[in-house]
Amino acid sequence: MSTKHSRSLARIMIAPAVFALLVWMLIPLSMTVYFSFKKYLPLRGGDLGWVGFENYSRFLSSSSFWPAVGTTIFIVGSVLVITVILGILIALLLDQPIWGQGIVRIMIIAPFFIMPTVSGLIWKNMFMDPTNGFLAHLWRAVGAEPIQWLSHASVASLVTIISWQWLPFATLILLTAIQSLDSEQIEAAEMDGAKPIGRFFFIILPHLARAITVVILIQTIFLLSIFAEIFVTTAGAFGTKTLTYLIFQRVLESQNVGLGSAGGVYAIILANIVAIFLMRIVGKNLDN
Amino acid sequence: MARTVTPQKKILNTALSWTLAIIIFFPIFWILVLSFKTEGDAIRTPIEVLTSTWTLESYSIVQERSDYLKHFTNSIIIALGSTVLGIIIGVPAAWSMAFVPSKRTRGILMWMLSTKMLPAVGVLYPIYLIFIELGILDSRTGLVVILMLMNLPIIIWMLYTYFREIPAEILEAARMDGASLTSEILYVLTPMAVPGIASTLLLNIILAWNEAFWTLNLTAAKAAPLTAFIASYSSPEGLFFAKLSAASVMAITPILIMGWFSQKQLVRGLTFGAVK
Repeated sequence: MSTKHSRSLARIMIAPAVFALLVWMLIPLSMTVYFSFKKYLPLRGGDLGWVGFENYSRFLSSSSFWPAVGTTIFIVGSVLVITVILGILIALLLDQPIWGQGIVRIMIIAPFFIMPTVSGLIWKNMFMDPTNGFLAHLWRAVGAEPIQWLSHASVASLVTIISWQWLPFATLILLTAIQSLDSEQIEAAEMDGAKPIGRFFFIILPHLARAITVVILIQTIFLLSIFAEIFVTTAGAFGTKTLTYLIFQRVLESQNVGLGSAGGVYAIILANIVAIFLMRIVGKNLDN
Repeated sequence: MARTVTPQKKILNTALSWTLAIIIFFPIFWILVLSFKTEGDAIRTPIEVLTSTWTLESYSIVQERSDYLKHFTNSIIIALGSTVLGIIIGVPAAWSMAFVPSKRTRGILMWMLSTKMLPAVGVLYPIYLIFIELGILDSRTGLVVILMLMNLPIIIWMLYTYFREIPAEILEAARMDGASLTSEILYVLTPMAVPGIASTLLLNIILAWNEAFWTLNLTAAKAAPLTAFIASYSSPEGLFFAKLSAASVMAITPILIMGWFSQKQLVRGLTFGAVK
């Protein structure tokens, strides 16, 4: 039904968006690649010439690199495990008929809409502060010594904060997926005498497989670039430096742009590996 | 898949759900409580906090001392500006891909999505440098542009999935009736597209309001929105729990209310149609 006229019109209509995203992607990206091959210290001499792959090898061999990789994997991994498992359980629960479902849903989803700096600071001060925080009062009430959350259990504390923020996301998506499950299938299984556990593992879980994969991939992409939560709580101290935070420090705090850019290229490659899997699922869905 | 259950089971499920909901919501409830206390009362034990007097003091202090209104205005301008600009660019693009699909449509959509996967920290310095060169560091214009670009892939994807649900037969019928292209767009398509555009607008305002990488790194005193203003409490002086709570409550309330209305769009918008 589309004519030549409408085809060229369509091209004009899409042009601004394609142009904007092309510029947004190509210019900064090529600059990052360019800087990554240079010794570039804006505050100490500026552009000091080409150094080949030196920044790349220096970034990998610096003493902060492997700890940052470890912290990143630990935070992303723990948050994924916590949010997916709790998300499935809460979604199953919310799918049951209960009183006040609307309000319960609203309360559970709320943390996702809190800006990252606010959630970081709420937890850091009002809850995890070792003298005046809610948890300190709670610990003292039962006669225990309050814990220095953000210095002695720093990574675990961050995992708690980030999981609190992302649990609603996982729950909401898994709940949407559960609700699309055919109730006849469940009833048929019930009539065949399938136990609740069996129903879960043989009907519900397989049905959720795709939604779980999507949750894992999308969260991984967002979690890899977690920034504000660390910025306002520990500022990268006490072993909470992730890859993203390390690159931020190299680039803006110590102004070693060449080194930071090499790190940036690694981060882009890493994100792309995850993205390929996500894109495949999304692409398949586009064909249907 | 709602099914009938026994009353006992319903009571048990209700109790369990409410317990979980209260635990998850508690931090937000607690800052709401603390925001109505004096600084001295806000650091007492939870029981003493609840039984101490209630006051609006912290809200007025935050307003007076910290140019709260300026940061609030910045947040509104940046979130609204970037989203509206993104919609203006996104609607024609999504429109043409949904109604005049070509062989390249799929490729373009996937490529747009891939730009969203680009980690911001990977291009932090180039953007910082470009902003200095253009003189838009710590300006609202700069942030409007960058947040628009951040959210444009989501905007186009959401609009595309909404537009695709508009049946093409309606267009053909209108054309048969002799409607011109302009009247076709104005009277047939626009009314059907408005709900989708509104949902896209809502979700992306929320995302832009809460964005906290570029807003923290590209602003200082002038253009700082609420995300950056709140971050200044990470190294405060003296007692500040009540003030931080009041500032936080004011920063999150508008978006919390909008968020509750956009639960459905959230799933569609952030999974790119992969979960329905």
